[in-house]
Amino acid sequence: MSGAVLKVAGLTVELTHDADGRRIVRDIDVTVPRGQIVCVVGESGSGKSVTAFSVMGLLPQGLKPVAGSIKLLGEELIGATSDRMRELRGSRIGMIFQEPMTALNPVMTVREQLAELIEWHSEKRHPKAEVDKRVLAALEDMLLPNAAQMMHAYPHQLSGGQRQRVMIAMAMLLEPILLIADEPTTALDVTTQKQILVLIKDLVKRKNIGVLFITHDFGVVADIADQVVVMQKGVVVESGSADAVLKNPAQPYTRLLIESVPKGIRKSAEMRESSPAVLEVKALKMTYGHRGFFGRGRVTLAVKEAAFTLGRGEILGVVGESGSGKSTLARCVSRLMKPTGGQISLLGTDIARASNETLRPHRRYIQVVFQDPYRSLNPRLSVGQSLIEGVVNFGATPEAARARVATLLELVGMDTQILDRFPHEFSGGQRQRICIARALASEPQILIADEAVSALDVTVQAQVLKLFADLRSRLGLAMLFITHDLRVAGELCDRIMVMKSGEIVESGPTADIFGNPQHPYTQALFSAAPGRERFQ
Amino acid sequence: MAVAGVLLKRSVSVVPVLAVVALIAFLLLRFSSGDPVAQLAGDNADPAAIVAIRARLGLDQPLPMQFLHWLWRLLQGDLGTSIVSNQPVSTLIAQRIGPTLSVSITTIVFSVLVGVPIGVFAAWRRGGWLDRFAMWTSVTGFAVPTFAIGYFWIYLLSMQLGLFPVQGYAPLSAGLGVLLWHLALPTLTLSLVYVALIARVARTSLLEVLNEDFVRTARAKGLPERIVVFKHALRNAAVPIVSIVGIGVALLIGGVVVTESVFNLPGLGRLTIDSVLARDYPVIQGIIMVFGGAYVAINLLVDISYTFFDPRISAQ
Repeated sequence: MSGAVLKVAGLTVELTHDADGRRIVRDIDVTVPRGQIVCVVGESGSGKSVTAFSVMGLLPQGLKPVAGSIKLLGEELIGATSDRMRELRGSRIGMIFQEPMTALNPVMTVREQLAELIEWHSEKRHPKAEVDKRVLAALEDMLLPNAAQMMHAYPHQLSGGQRQRVMIAMAMLLEPILLIADEPTTALDVTTQKQILVLIKDLVKRKNIGVLFITHDFGVVADIADQVVVMQKGVVVESGSADAVLKNPAQPYTRLLIESVPKGIRKSAEMRESSPAVLEVKALKMTYGHRGFFGRGRVTLAVKEAAFTLGRGEILGVVGESGSGKSTLARCVSRLMKPTGGQISLLGTDIARASNETLRPHRRYIQVVFQDPYRSLNPRLSVGQSLIEGVVNFGATPEAARARVATLLELVGMDTQILDRFPHEFSGGQRQRICIARALASEPQILIADEAVSALDVTVQAQVLKLFADLRSRLGLAMLFITHDLRVAGELCDRIMVMKSGEIVESGPTADIFGNPQHPYTQALFSAAPGRERFQ
Repeated sequence: MAVAGVLLKRSVSVVPVLAVVALIAFLLLRFSSGDPVAQLAGDNADPAAIVAIRARLGLDQPLPMQFLHWLWRLLQGDLGTSIVSNQPVSTLIAQRIGPTLSVSITTIVFSVLVGVPIGVFAAWRRGGWLDRFAMWTSVTGFAVPTFAIGYFWIYLLSMQLGLFPVQGYAPLSAGLGVLLWHLALPTLTLSLVYVALIARVARTSLLEVLNEDFVRTARAKGLPERIVVFKHALRNAAVPIVSIVGIGVALLIGGVVVTESVFNLPGLGRLTIDSVLARDYPVIQGIIMVFGGAYVAINLLVDISYTFFDPRISAQ
């Protein structure tokens, strides 16, 4: 096939030091034609990244391709010398990664990081002026503003979107024929994601390259894919043209993935009119930094004059992009931070400026579930210890605590036999359930979920959202649901507040916000949501 | 540019630190046992002579007055006069600082030049023979006391192989080669523990950095492995390494005293011991102030170097 840039056939990768020869991916076939974007979709552990790194010849130690072939323009890459692979990387195959902050070297300027590609991929030395010209052209090609100044910036001085553009400029600098993109927009804000996706699509058209695009998000797939390969547990379960797979998924797993994409439409309007307020926030203000002795220090206003009320059994969504102040708001309300000013009335008591001492008895009524279930459980405590700690802390006897913990685990849909096991034995979704159980241990009235489903696979996300809805109706729990994803908020919340630069720009019942968004920023968020045309 | 301003600001901030050092140095000596006047006057001195000597040295005044008096002269750059030899303390220190300074510099330079590459290679080839050998040696480096290492080198390199002088010192005026030849054994002796320390920290720090995403990016760019390790990873691992070098310099001051005795170097370490035995208050206080000042200055340099290695650390 002359049109194929990359042809992976029958690829099988094994763990080398595993006695059973455990196969991480099995018999993978993927073809990337010139001028097309092929999306490899799957949840964590599906083997999609292993496939990408096999093509790069950058599998982590302990993983080895044992069968199949990987052909780049007809050249076999499996078994190629490490020198040949090094030549191909960066020059014929470019790669971009998920997290543009950590993927760039923090102590080198943008120019240094691009220029070394030219330096190490050619025999002769290039004059500085010529290198500068090529670097500048590459940055300008990615529509970076002030590219000439940006050349001399360090990564931390750039925004997330700018960093990812620098990454793409770097990957494209030597005009490769294949671009591998490993979840390149997952860590970006939705509006930035949109711009990067447009940029990649445009690159494919202009430079006639092939793109292997790894993602977990069918919304993104709907926006950019020409071909789709669906992976599950190390095998390809379905592949075909994007249109065919999205319209008529043949496999139940593909159907499940597509259905799990949050659609942003409330299924049942469970609005409780005039329920008593459990939380009232007035004129809440939070600033970072100090003015300093001479008044020259920088002060950032993270939250300005926030005001809202949360009723019993109500789920209020707080939606915004990074830096909008939504997490600061959550931390102030849960008093993990002391706000600069304003009132937080929790069940009638103002806790905004309360000291830790006076705050203690009130803490049990407001609990938080965090984003990353991998890092918010102490790895050295068993699940039982983690859960019982909180219950005992609020005065229960150990026996009563154990009984209570069993009830909690049932409540979140976990087996009660797991108490002696440790967090690493559980999947992300199970851990988040444990975290939720832990938060519920003190019988709170209010649960704050800070991006609590953002790190989860889409099918798991759907289950956890269902659990939240379920807990609300069974326990009458009020929730403050913080998220960057309007679609997720729409699935769960009764009301939504949209935040931008520390300000609440719009708030109202979910149906109103979705049906008729007023603020231009809310409208922009909606139009940037991936897969909008297909899924809404 | 900004660095000069930072330097000035930080220099001002070390003044209170040095003031505390001065106070502690002063009090420590006054409250330790022994009396310089009694030693100076000899065994058969009559009480009147002792009173006279005490008055001449100003030791009859109340402690706060003595302290303020010393501090006031210190601020003018006057470290005082030795009770024993009657020479200015600054002259005594100037005479003796050469050997100490040169052995400290060679030790630190040698430790960095040897320790960092060992740490880097150990991390790069983690679990390989060099890694295991380096880590085993570093345990030895920590465990064996300095003087024992010193006598070992003397036995092996001087007495058996005849490569270096057993002891003694030649000033820089005798030529750099001669100076280094004399400093070789003391340097090897003092270095071992710092090579071990720096290699360990460099290894740990680099291992952490090698797992970072940008190292993966560097590999994905098709850079040769040596560039990935030395250019991308090592600079990111530099801050902990520089910190440990700074701490090493501070610890070195203690080690120098013993090493100078073993190799018979006429340095500050020996001057310290002699002065302590004679209860020569002004000299001991002077040496403590010099060491304290050196320590503070090195810390300052280390802090400022962070901004050079990592642009994210702003020069505050």
